[in-house]
Amino acid sequence: MSVALFIPCYLDQFYPDVAIATLELLERLGVDVVYPDGQTCCGQPMANTGCTADCAPVARRFVELFSPYDSIVCPSGSCTAMVRHHYDEYFADDDPKFNHVKSRTFELCEFLHDELQIKELDVQFPHKVSIHQSCHGLRELRLGSCSENMTVREDKVRNVLNLVHGIQWCSPTRTDECCGFGGTFAVNEADVSAAMGRDRVADHVASGSSVLASADMSCLMHLQGIIRRESAPIEVMHVAQILAGRNPKHVGNA
Amino acid sequence: MKSLPIVDHPTKARPFVADTERFHWHDQALWFVRSKRDKQAGSVPEWEHLRSLASQIKTETIANLGDYLVEFERNATALGATVHWAADAAEHNEIVLKILRDHETLRIVKSKSMLTEECGLNHFLEDNGIEVVDTDLGERIVQLRKETPSHIVLPAIHIRKEEVGDTFHEHLGTDEGASDPQYLTEAARQHLRDKFLAGEVGITGVNFAIAETGGLVVCTNEGNADLGVSLPRVHIACMGIEKLVPRFQDLSVFIRLLARSATGQPITTYTSHFHGPRDPNSELHIVLVDNGRSRLRNSNEFREALHCIRCGACMNTCPVYRRSGGHSYSATVPGPIGSVLSPTRDSSRYKSLPYACSLCGSCSDVCPVKIPLHHQLLAWRKELVGENLLPYSKRISMKAASILFRSPRLFSMAGWMGRKSLKILPHWATHNRLNTWTIARELPEPPRESFRHWYAENRKR
Ligand code: SF4
Repeated sequence: MSVALFIPCYLDQFYPDVAIATLELLERLGVDVVYPDGQTCCGQPMANTGCTADCAPVARRFVELFSPYDSIVCPSGSCTAMVRHHYDEYFADDDPKFNHVKSRTFELCEFLHDELQIKELDVQFPHKVSIHQSCHGLRELRLGSCSENMTVREDKVRNVLNLVHGIQWCSPTRTDECCGFGGTFAVNEADVSAAMGRDRVADHVASGSSVLASADMSCLMHLQGIIRRESAPIEVMHVAQILAGRNPKHVGNA
Repeated sequence: MKSLPIVDHPTKARPFVADTERFHWHDQALWFVRSKRDKQAGSVPEWEHLRSLASQIKTETIANLGDYLVEFERNATALGATVHWAADAAEHNEIVLKILRDHETLRIVKSKSMLTEECGLNHFLEDNGIEVVDTDLGERIVQLRKETPSHIVLPAIHIRKEEVGDTFHEHLGTDEGASDPQYLTEAARQHLRDKFLAGEVGITGVNFAIAETGGLVVCTNEGNADLGVSLPRVHIACMGIEKLVPRFQDLSVFIRLLARSATGQPITTYTSHFHGPRDPNSELHIVLVDNGRSRLRNSNEFREALHCIRCGACMNTCPVYRRSGGHSYSATVPGPIGSVLSPTRDSSRYKSLPYACSLCGSCSDVCPVKIPLHHQLLAWRKELVGENLLPYSKRISMKAASILFRSPRLFSMAGWMGRKSLKILPHWATHNRLNTWTIARELPEPPRESFRHWYAENRKR
């Protein structure tokens, strides 16, 4: 099985370690994984702004680049949801390349949980951790149960993290409220977005957590910006980093 | 008609969200309602099934709306009601005024109705010399303060009890500085009692109308609708044409969903059925209002918005609504459903509303009739771009992004420059008011190299 790594644009440029952790993790699990050259972005910023015409060529490029692989794995729920649920309008219903990419693009936790079905990991993480559920992971990919629906689903992010030894779970009171990032929303509605982010951070801090983990780095980028501005006693880590055995920064500094 | 100001949600939200104490209190009050709703929804094992049923019934109703309306009119008329048809708000108001004039009425009592709010009925009647008393407590508070409701179920949710005390002190003569809810409610009760006794015509909204029987259902928690129409001889019921359900038995689905979704109660305190006028000496007038609904029905993209039963759950759950307040939407119906509906009336005036959303999708999952609200908001954005209503600056930046993402070389170069400049530039140059991101947040610390660069170095094949 050939697996292509899809690294969203902002991860590539600003959070390379999340991508490296994803790669190392998959390699350690024996996956034959490559990073196709020439990839950029899934087109989500344009699509979410409503600029369909600007998104279309980017989407087509994406499918062209990734269609040769058996599976495509992405350490971001939001970008995965973009490909799986919002690409339809750019392709014909019976486009074989598109249908292949659409059905074979997975978010990282989803891939580990459903495709690889991993049952153990030799990794320690003896820290207090709370999960920030990303809205797109939750409500578009259904990676877990969301509080509005009375449907019980497996929480794939937590299940995967539960394979790590030593995590002490902390839970924010609002289990899955939006952090306020929302892509261009964060700039468009800067005041409301920041207020949402501050509330989110406060809820996680109050839970006693010292590591705020998420499967979406975009939410974390926004929350981290607030944490650093407010010097809040918590740090963010991507799930891939925890699974790959990285330590929280505060441990190194201590 | 004088041209209306463009609604700019971020600007209108700013003062609300800047008042930290108020927005937290507003957020928590609504979150409390949302949590109650979760408990109630969770206590019904077939909750998700009910939502699907409700959505199917609505789809069927809207598809055959013309037939059901005719059936409703026939059956309501047979019960002795008079049915009026209004194409728009102006016609609705004229019809109501004519009925009032026919009965030489100077005073009306009105129970909660977002439709009359949508039609601007209060102002219209007052301009015509008629006293209008809103009898829902929240609406009365808002009315006394000369404001508009900020929520469709909890019209005065933006006002604190201390402020209600001030308003009542001024208008009803309660003690200065009083803020005890019990005391204030009692004062309002006495005040409204007099108004009920003096009312000559009662106006109500309609929660559901049943085609099969010609009957109406009005749900309230205060019993004010019942009181408002029990004393006067004339009852005018104003309803949007989408309030119809085909069969009597369909009600069971919606009644179970409505109160649970709205306030987290198993059922509203009063669920009143009106089948024709009360007695031979009374009159029941039903005004069926289109006001843009047929147009919405013709839209493949937004038709499902007509399913809305006005429970307000999407507002209670919306993290943006909770922190920006209902008035920031400058529309009769605020929140997610309001942001879908308002642009259908005037896309250029309400163009900022579809962007007042982080696309979290909580509204779609909470909606008892399964309107895909956040997908509709996304669809609106496309629509607005198609109508050339997106600001030039945004259009240009999206064009630029598209070009960038089509070329890996350009993309790498831009990324390199971005990281470099972040490293070199002093903090004040990157963190200032010109960069909206950095008003409340720090930018990420730029890493030494990009992943693609790392990969090329470390995983050469
Ligand atoms: S859109 Fe749905 S959740 Fe919102 S008010 Fe209407 S029925 Fe309720």
